Amino acid sequence: MGHVMAIFGKEMRSYFGSPIAYVMAGVFLLFSGFVFRNQVLEFRDMSVYLQLAERAEKIQLNVNTDVVEPFFEFQTFIWMIVIPMLTMRLYAEEKRGGTYELLMTSPITSGQILMGKFLACYALYLLIEGMAFGYIGVLAAHAQLDWGPVFSGALGVVLIGATFISVGILASSLTENQIIAAVLSFFLLILLWIIDWAARFAGDLFFVILKFLSLLEHTRDMIRGVVDTHDVVFFVSAAAFFLFLTHTVLESRRWRT
Amino acid sequence: MIEVDHLTKRYGAITAVDDISFEVGKGEIVGFLGPNGAGKTTTMRVLTCFLPATEGTARIGGYDIFESPLEVKRRIGYLPELPPLYRDMRVHTYLKFIAKIKGVAPSEAEQRIDAVIAQCGLVDRVHQLIGQLSKGYRQRVGLAQAILHDPEVIIMDEPTSGLDPNQIIEVRQLIRELAHERTVILSTHILPEVEMTCNRVIIIHEGKIVAVDTPENLTADMRGTARFFVRVSGDVDVAAEAIARIEGVGSVVRSGHGLRVHWPADANLSTEVSARVVALGMGLVEMREEAMSLEETFHALTTQEES
Repeated sequence: MGHVMAIFGKEMRSYFGSPIAYVMAGVFLLFSGFVFRNQVLEFRDMSVYLQLAERAEKIQLNVNTDVVEPFFEFQTFIWMIVIPMLTMRLYAEEKRGGTYELLMTSPITSGQILMGKFLACYALYLLIEGMAFGYIGVLAAHAQLDWGPVFSGALGVVLIGATFISVGILASSLTENQIIAAVLSFFLLILLWIIDWAARFAGDLFFVILKFLSLLEHTRDMIRGVVDTHDVVFFVSAAAFFLFLTHTVLESRRWRT
Repeated sequence: MIEVDHLTKRYGAITAVDDISFEVGKGEIVGFLGPNGAGKTTTMRVLTCFLPATEGTARIGGYDIFESPLEVKRRIGYLPELPPLYRDMRVHTYLKFIAKIKGVAPSEAEQRIDAVIAQCGLVDRVHQLIGQLSKGYRQRVGLAQAILHDPEVIIMDEPTSGLDPNQIIEVRQLIRELAHERTVILSTHILPEVEMTCNRVIIIHEGKIVAVDTPENLTADMRGTARFFVRVSGDVDVAAEAIARIEGVGSVVRSGHGLRVHWPADANLSTEVSARVVALGMGLVEMREEAMSLEETFHALTTQEES
């Protein structure tokens, strides 16, 4: 555990000792704030319009479905762009700078290194996400929120982050070029995001498989307020699977050929 | 301390290290000598458990590099050719991180850090960013990193490459100091370095060991011949011809504006040579004995296949 914390601390220092953490947090909060503001203003206009039209009892306006849900959905979309930039350096930079050799010749396992790196990136993710959650607090001060779906949506975002990061780390472990790592993780994430699109045109068996693999499919329910164990298990095992692949990639260099 | 047993490392079709075996005892400083691409770095990477061996194995302090890599890594301090530094860290922060990953007990860490900082002459650079240090200081931080956990074995890959002459002298001095009670393997392609720092030399060429001996013995092999540099005022070719006719002279080779003359070490033909030059009516501008260096031994050993 001490070793994991050593790597964790080093990665955190690197995130906050350079502009990376601040720029990424700034970009994320700016974008999600922009979306949040527009959603709130649109909601206000809609309610004013419905009040004037005296049709409020026929069409139900709901802060949860009209503001919070799109807000969360858009957040996961921005994360798809931001996370590859947080993960791209994790292994690629060490390989390029020669420090990978230092880590691998130290009495510390590649699993410990991986865990430390993953946790550092995840902690940064949760920190930024926590700040974005402040927007919901602003909303709650002015509107009646149903907290159930808000928390299930937040849980969805927290879980999908782990999966995104593990995909990004896998890409970073495959190359010593940070740009390639970032592009590869974009590609993997977008592929996993929209893979269910192809499901409609596939046969019965592939329909089920592709639908199941899609990240979008699993977040949708959670953001709507349905916490299904099978979605939770999906995200946790997807993260574990990509971390396992990364570990295998790193260890394979030490196999006898 | 270190036993290397029929070690082979192949990258696909290329054999970088070909069936090498050697032993290094406690307290020895061994130099790996060889041209670039001879397999020095690969051997070191296998010994530090960074790369797996294709065949054969090695033991460090009795632990097999393949079966118990963590135990081996605990006993080794490694300085790769490019010092493994985080440029955005300060020297002290970096060493603190190293102490953690090398498993130095937290209670001893500060004391060890202070010790290596003093030992490597980094006292006035402790709070500087590594990225802002000069190359010589980076090399020292690299050395500090390698010895921080007080390892029994230190492996250094070209520790003086890219340094200026003063820095080279400092680093060599440092290596000699570090070597007390530790086993050191260092690689280099600079020969005087080996002569100055090592007890034993292992010459590697194309992945194979071509010689293992003390630097003194290796140069002594070549000491059977004396070599003189002779410069004359007048026609060099005429002088060369005359000198070559002296009985006992081995070879006369033109070298710049002068001549390199070889004869058996016990013959002492210098008087004869000077007399012959003067007899030709020429002036003897310069005549001095040149020591056969390890350089030539090395050159002879590593080029014999081609010649």
